[in-house]
Order: sequence, then C-alpha cells, then structure tokens
Amino acid sequence: MSEVLLEARNIGKRFGGVQALKDVSLTIRPREIYGLIGPNGAGKTTLFNVFTGLYPRDGGEVLLNGKPLSLESPHTVAAAGIARTFQNIRLFNNMTAIENVMVGRHVRTKAGVFGAILHTRAERAEEAAIRRRAEELLHYVGIADRAHSLARHLSYGDQRRLEIARALATDPILLALDEPAAGMNATETVALRALIEGLRNDGLTVLLIEHDVKLVMGLCDRVAVLEYGQKIAEDVPEVVRANPKVIEAYLGTSAH
Amino acid sequence: MMNPLKTLSRREKLGLLLIAGTLLVLPFMLATVGTAWVRITNFAVLFVLLSLGLNIVVGFAGLLDLGYIAFFAVGAYVYGLLASPHFGIHLPFWVILPIGAAVAGLAGAILGAPTLRLRGDYLAIVTLGFGEIVRIFMNNLSNPINLTNGPKGINRIDHFQIGNVNFAGTDTFFGLNFSGPIKYYYFLLVVLMAVIIINRRLKHSRIGRAWVAIREDEVAAKAAGINTRNIKLLAFSMGATFGGVAGGMFAAIQGFVSPESFILNESIMVLAMVVLGGMGNIWGVIAGAVLLSFMPEVLRYTVEPVQHALFGKMLIDPEVLRMLIFGFALVLTMRFRPAGLWPEALHRREMTENRT
Amino acid sequence: MDILLQQIINGLTTGSVYAVVALGYTMVYGVIQLINFAHGEVVMIGAMVAFTIITALAGTAMPPTFIVLAGVLAAIPVCMGIGYSLERIAYRPLRHAPRLAPLITAIGMSIILQHIALLIWGRNPLAFPQIIDNPSFNIGGAAISGVQIAIIMLSLLMMGGLSWFVYRTRFGIAIRATAENVHVAGLMGINADRVIAATFVIGAGLGAVAGVMFGTYYGIAHYTMGFTLGLKAFSAAVLGGIGNLPGAMVGGILLGLVEALGSGYIGDLTNLCHWPGATSWMGERCANGADFVVFGSNYQDVFAFLMLILVLVFRPSGLLGERVSERA
Ligand SMILES: Nc1ncnc2c1ncn2[C@@H]1O[C@H](COP(=O)(O)OP(=O)(O)OP(=O)(O)O)[C@@H](O)[C@H]1O
Ligand SMILES: [Mg+2]
Repeated sequence: MSEVLLEARNIGKRFGGVQALKDVSLTIRPREIYGLIGPNGAGKTTLFNVFTGLYPRDGGEVLLNGKPLSLESPHTVAAAGIARTFQNIRLFNNMTAIENVMVGRHVRTKAGVFGAILHTRAERAEEAAIRRRAEELLHYVGIADRAHSLARHLSYGDQRRLEIARALATDPILLALDEPAAGMNATETVALRALIEGLRNDGLTVLLIEHDVKLVMGLCDRVAVLEYGQKIAEDVPEVVRANPKVIEAYLGTSAH
Repeated sequence: MMNPLKTLSRREKLGLLLIAGTLLVLPFMLATVGTAWVRITNFAVLFVLLSLGLNIVVGFAGLLDLGYIAFFAVGAYVYGLLASPHFGIHLPFWVILPIGAAVAGLAGAILGAPTLRLRGDYLAIVTLGFGEIVRIFMNNLSNPINLTNGPKGINRIDHFQIGNVNFAGTDTFFGLNFSGPIKYYYFLLVVLMAVIIINRRLKHSRIGRAWVAIREDEVAAKAAGINTRNIKLLAFSMGATFGGVAGGMFAAIQGFVSPESFILNESIMVLAMVVLGGMGNIWGVIAGAVLLSFMPEVLRYTVEPVQHALFGKMLIDPEVLRMLIFGFALVLTMRFRPAGLWPEALHRREMTENRT
Repeated sequence: MDILLQQIINGLTTGSVYAVVALGYTMVYGVIQLINFAHGEVVMIGAMVAFTIITALAGTAMPPTFIVLAGVLAAIPVCMGIGYSLERIAYRPLRHAPRLAPLITAIGMSIILQHIALLIWGRNPLAFPQIIDNPSFNIGGAAISGVQIAIIMLSLLMMGGLSWFVYRTRFGIAIRATAENVHVAGLMGINADRVIAATFVIGAGLGAVAGVMFGTYYGIAHYTMGFTLGLKAFSAAVLGGIGNLPGAMVGGILLGLVEALGSGYIGDLTNLCHWPGATSWMGERCANGADFVVFGSNYQDVFAFLMLILVLVFRPSGLLGERVSERA
C-alpha cells in the first residue's frame, strides 16, 4: 500500500470575484485522521465539494491511491471510495433512517428495474443484504432503535450519526466529515469522538472539518489550516498550534 | 419483505376480500344501470393506470412532467396506425401494446436526456412544450404523406381479439353475457393489478429508493453515489412506458383516436389525480384518480339539473367546472395538504414499528 | 415584395411582444426562482379586459386612439391586481415548501385563471372592432403597418422604462439586491416581501400591455391565447438567460425573428420538389410544378420550443445569463 492515500495538487476554485481556493495541495495518509481547520469562509467546504465532484474545479488534480481521480461526477467519486457528510445536514427527510442508509448501498449494488419488477431471486438476496448491512451500520453509529423513524423526526445528534451511517454504507476508503460536531452538546461530542476513533481503528481514513479546536487537536494525527482559500500550515497538531501564522489567522478573524 | 398479507389484521383482510369481490361483480352491477357506466368505469381505470405511471415520475422521483399525456398519445397512435384500415395493417393487440410501450418509453428517454440534467422547473416547461409539439404533429402530419390523418384522427380501430373472442361483440360464458366493455373491464383489471404490483415492487427496490432520494435531496443523492441523471431518465422513461400501454388500450376501447383527446387539460387532470391523492403513495394516487375520473360524470348529472332548477339556465358548463375544480385541487392541496388527501401512513408505520 | 424584409418586420413585431411578456417571467424568476406559469394567463386577461372596454366604447364618438388607450388603462390595474393576488395566495405561503409545490400551484392558478376567463368571455374569440384604420407604409419593398410601428415603439419604451426603473431607482436597486441574495438583502433592511410582490405587479402590468398589443396585432383575443404566448415568452426568457432583464429583451426579439423567418422559409426549404435533382427521385410527384412540402408554416409554433431545447442543451445559462450551479 502506498504511503499516501489521497493527494490533492494545486486545487483552485473561483466563484465570480471570490477566489475560494488557491493552489491548495495536501496529502492524506492511509488510516489517519486528517483535520482541516480555518476561519469561516476559508474555503474548507468548497474543498470538500471539489473533492467529491459537486463543484467543477478551475485547476489542479486529485490522486487516490496514486491514480488520478475523475472529479467529473459525484457518483463516480463515491464509487471510487470517497464518502462525505454535509455541514448543513442533508438527509432524505421523508425516508426512514434505515432507508437513508440503504440508499447509501446503491453504489455497491446493482439490481435494476427488471430485477425489481420480476422480483428475482438475485434481487431479493441483494435487497436482504442491503437491509442487513444498513441495520448493522445503524447499530454501529448507535441509532438502531430509530431505524424506522423518519429522518426528519430524529434529534440533531442522531441526524448527524445517520448521515455518517449513510456515508459508511458506500464502503468508503476515505470518509470526509464537514463539521460533524457542530450543534452537538458535550455528551454527543464525546460519543462522536469515540465513533470517529472507532472508524479509524476499523481501517478507515477520515478527513475532518471542525471548528471545535479542542476536538481537532485531540483527535487528529495531522492538521491543515486554510485561510482565504490558501493552505497556511500542515503538520501535527502541536506544531500547527504553535505556528504564528495560524495564531494570527485565528486572532485576526476573531478580532472582527 | 414478508408476505404482505400476513401483516394485515383480520379486519383489513376482510376489507381486501370485500374490495376484490366488488371489483369482480362490478361491471354486471353497472350494466344493469347502463352499459355507458361500464365504459365510464373503463376510462376511469385507464386514468388510474395513467396516474400510476405519472406517479413514478412526479411522486417517486419528484420530476414535474406536464406533458405526460403526450406519451399516452404516442401509445394510442401507435395502436391506431398498426390496427386500423388507415394503413391497412392489422396486428394483434399483444404485439402492438409492447411496441407502443417501447416507442413511448423511447420518446420519454429522448425528451429526458437533454433536459434532465437541468433544474426541475425547466423540465416542467419543456414537457409542457413537448405535449404541445406532439399535438401539433398529430394535427399536421397528414400532409404531404398522410401519417396521422390530421385533426380527423384515425377511425375504425380494431378491437382486441383473444383467440376467437373479439372484444367488439357480446359473448356468453358460464351463462353470463359479457359485452365488449365488460370484457375490456376485466382485461383492464388484470393490467391494473400488474401495474400496482410493479409499482409496489419498484417502490421498495434499489431503484425506487434512489428515485425518492433524488426527490428528497438531489445533491445528497449524488454524493451518496447515485447517478442521478440515469436514474431520473429511468423514471421518466418508465412513466412514459406506462403511458404508452394505457394509450394503446385507450385506442382500442374508444375505437378512434384524434389529437383532441390529448390536450394539455388531460395532462393537468392526471397531475391533479396524482397530487390530490398523495404524491408517491400508490393507494392515494388510485383513490385520487378514481375520484377525479368519475367527477365529470357526477357533475354532468348534478350540475346541469341543479342549475336549471335554480336559475332556469346553465351558468357554468360542467366541463369548465371540472377544470376549475382541478385547478383548485392543485392549489389547495399544495397549500393545506401537501402530502395529498390520503398521505402515506408513514407516521402510523413509524409509531407501530417503534414500539418494539 | 421582399419576403426577407417582410418577415423581419413581422418578427420584430411579435418578438417585441414576446420580450415584454418575457420580462414578467424573468423578473419573478430572478427574485424567487419560480416559473410563474400563470403569467401567460395574466397577459390573456389583459387582452380580454381591454377588448371588452374597446368594444364597449367603439360605438361612441370618442377618438379611436383614446378608446384603445382606455382599454389599456383598464387592463393594467386589473392585471396588476391579479399578479398581486397570485403572489399572495398561491406563492407566498409556499415560499419555504419543497420546490415542486409552488410549481404545482402555479399550474393550478393558470388553469383557474384560464377557465374564469372562459366563464366571463365565453368560448368564442373576441374580435378587435374596426375603429382604427391601419395605414401601411412601404419600406424597401416590404410593408409595415401603423399597428406594427406602434407595437415596436411601445415595447421599446416599456423596456427602456423598466431598465431605468431597475438600474436607476432606489427600489430597482432593492429588486436587484433581493435577486442577488434574499437573506443579505433582508439584512440590509430591504423588505423582501414587498420587493417580490412588486416584481409580480410590475410584470403583470407589462403583461397587460403586451396582451393588448398581441391581440390588436392579430385582431382577436381568446381565453387560450395565454398558453402558447406564455410558453414562447418563457422560451425567450430562457434563451436570453433567465433572471436577466436585457436577456429577456434580446431573447424575445430573437425568438420573434427566428419564428418569422422559420415559418416564412420552412415551406420552401422542405419542399422536396425544389431540392436539386428532385425529378429523378421524386418522379411523378413533382410533375407539372407540383409541390411536396414536408413541413409547412403550420409548424410555426414548434420553433420556439425547439429553440428552448437547443438552448437548454448547449447553453443552459442562456445567451446573457450566468447563474448555473446550485449551492451544495
Ligand atoms: N456556491 C457558491 N457560490 C458562490 N460563492 C460560494 C459558493 N460556495 C462558497 N462560496 C464562497 O466561497 C468562500 C468559501 O466558502 P466555504 O463555504 O468553502 O467556507 P468554509 O471554510 O466552509 O466556511 P465555514 O467555516 O463558514 O463553513 C466563501 O467566501 C463563500 O461565500
Ligand atoms: Mg463550511
């Protein structure tokens, strides 16, 4: 296995007059928890959107396991093994929790219209496997008891977990979480932290955007800092914390 | 999933049995009132089929198709052209119906391919325009080569024939007289059962979940690995296929087709059926379709006499009233009961399944 | 007679009407991203109201220009009232509902308006009374009528007026700010509800005039006229880039031209007997100067729609538009 799981080279993205990302390069190693921090509007979410094919990029490329990754469409990115959650939770609100997770299995399964109409043996077997896996995942993130509730009826913390379960259902190698702790209370945050560590122990690589500095510094193996669309630091938490540019970026913005 | 019958309570089973029994004897009961009512019922079933098809597009996948009747028209014209003296071709119905379905499905895919990657409201307008275009072509493709026979339409379309049984006349089986409409009724009933089963299976399948996911949040669906363009195209073209089948049967039952049967108002009516009953919910859509397809008849028998009695003349034509009711049904349902009059019993399902 | 020039004049006439109607679609879309399906019906009602007034006054001794003006001035407030009610009743309550919901109510409102018009004015078209003599001028071998001149001038005037309003006045700036970002505009103290209602009202007012112009040009008004006219005007708005005011104007005029030239020439172009070597493969069918026209001018209404599809496929943002991506 290569030393680098994901490598981004010189990613650029502009929205009209806003240069949201400028020459951002970073490397994520297998099985690490990689933190991405930065002030509001620094471009973190935009970087996620580019990585997952939701926004077309202006320049740069991404390699996954050494091979160039096509960012043309989100579903091919998901198939390649990158799954994500959204900063402002995006669930399928009128579907039940378990159905949400089952949707995540879409990319790893293949039954089509005819299989469904004829209800073939293969289709039934696949459907049962999808359901089983979804149940496992709900259990894994700790909301098995809410399996048949509509997503919109879940509590905020449970919705965040459900989003993670849906992402996990795509069998990712890299899981990208956009501010998963936002809006969580202290207990929920502790549980979330345990969940993320568990994921890593199970072999997953995690890319984490988070404003909760304590959580990031405690959890991440390495951290990158974005400011005004540019990477200003990338290192282990202790070093990043001491970086004067980082301190200034944070103090500079909090002074507003 | 378990056998759905097992999950039903005794009362529900009894209810189901009652409905099945009623549906079986219905045409003979109606025939005693008048064969016209059997015909009306047949058209109602056709509209139920149409709404179940549109339900896949609008209800499951959340794509607003305002030209749906065009696919119905395609199916009807395919049938008319391949089983009438117009070209002198007389193929059996079981050959034509699949052809009509395929042509309609293809038309759906061709129309959908360029537009489905755009935002939903563009689709609405493009389908609206498409419905008009199909009508313009039906009206004008009589020159220089007579393909459609223009506004006059295609007449003397063949009836269904199974073995020796022709659906035109009356046959006697088991001592009962089966008139043409009654035979069509049973045929439609069989097709309806099949379509309901197909709809239910699709809904609880990988594809069906993907449709609903797209309806709920297209961006999240993409990120979860769904090729939204293909899956939308599939919905569009599935819906069109259903429309094509219904159109073929319509042509045979009515015996003629003309562009007049496929105007925008018909698309709106099918949409109103889907919306009023409850988008996405199969039983709600069926109920909505039954309600709205019998409405014109009910209006005809009530509105006219009532107005004559009250004002001595007709102020509001029942046809106009019908369209006004459709319009208000769309507006008021969205405003006050966006999930339809018979929303899916999701909440109930949730309550019962959570008790464990 | 110069057919090319003639078709250009006719195209400019209908095109300027399309442009004015398209402004109504595009303003509303720009601000709340909703296709106001009922806009075509508002235009139709404008024509019907005006025709009713004009017919009623036609017998009087009033000067014809005054009569037409009275019709227009009656139509404008009626349409504005309808535009305002549409927004209040059908769209505002659904502003935070899923996208499909306001689209469906819009369709519903369109059906309702159309059939109310049918109840009021009946199934038969209203004819424009013969009160004005319509002089015809000859320019370069083509004819242009007084009505055509009036329509083109009036449309240009309205487009100019609207541009001035939107780009030069305080309220216009509020409209553009709201179109840019409703929330930010709200933070800046702009009353978004008022702005949104205003776009409906202004669009409806313009639509009323457009309806009268269209009806006058063709000499009739009918309760179904709003549907095709609306569809075409919407196509024009998309062609120019929906949400973009100059785009709607350019798109409308361009569509009018394409339609006029298209229907003017399609018959000749698809007349197989005029194709090179036709006699050899068409044989008898072309004998004695016979024609074999595959598509005649009866396909006129298809052009707008084909154009719409082509634009959506090759340049969904329209000729002058920019907005494409949705926020993730
Ligand atoms: N779809 C878009 N259209 C226009 N501008 C955008 C879009 N998405 C993001 N931006 C802009 O790009 C910049 C970076 O935004 P981004 O959401 O990536 O920041 P972020 O680091 O995730 O901030 P936060 O911590 O607040 O989530 C901001 O100026 C934002 O306004
Ligand atoms: Mg962000």
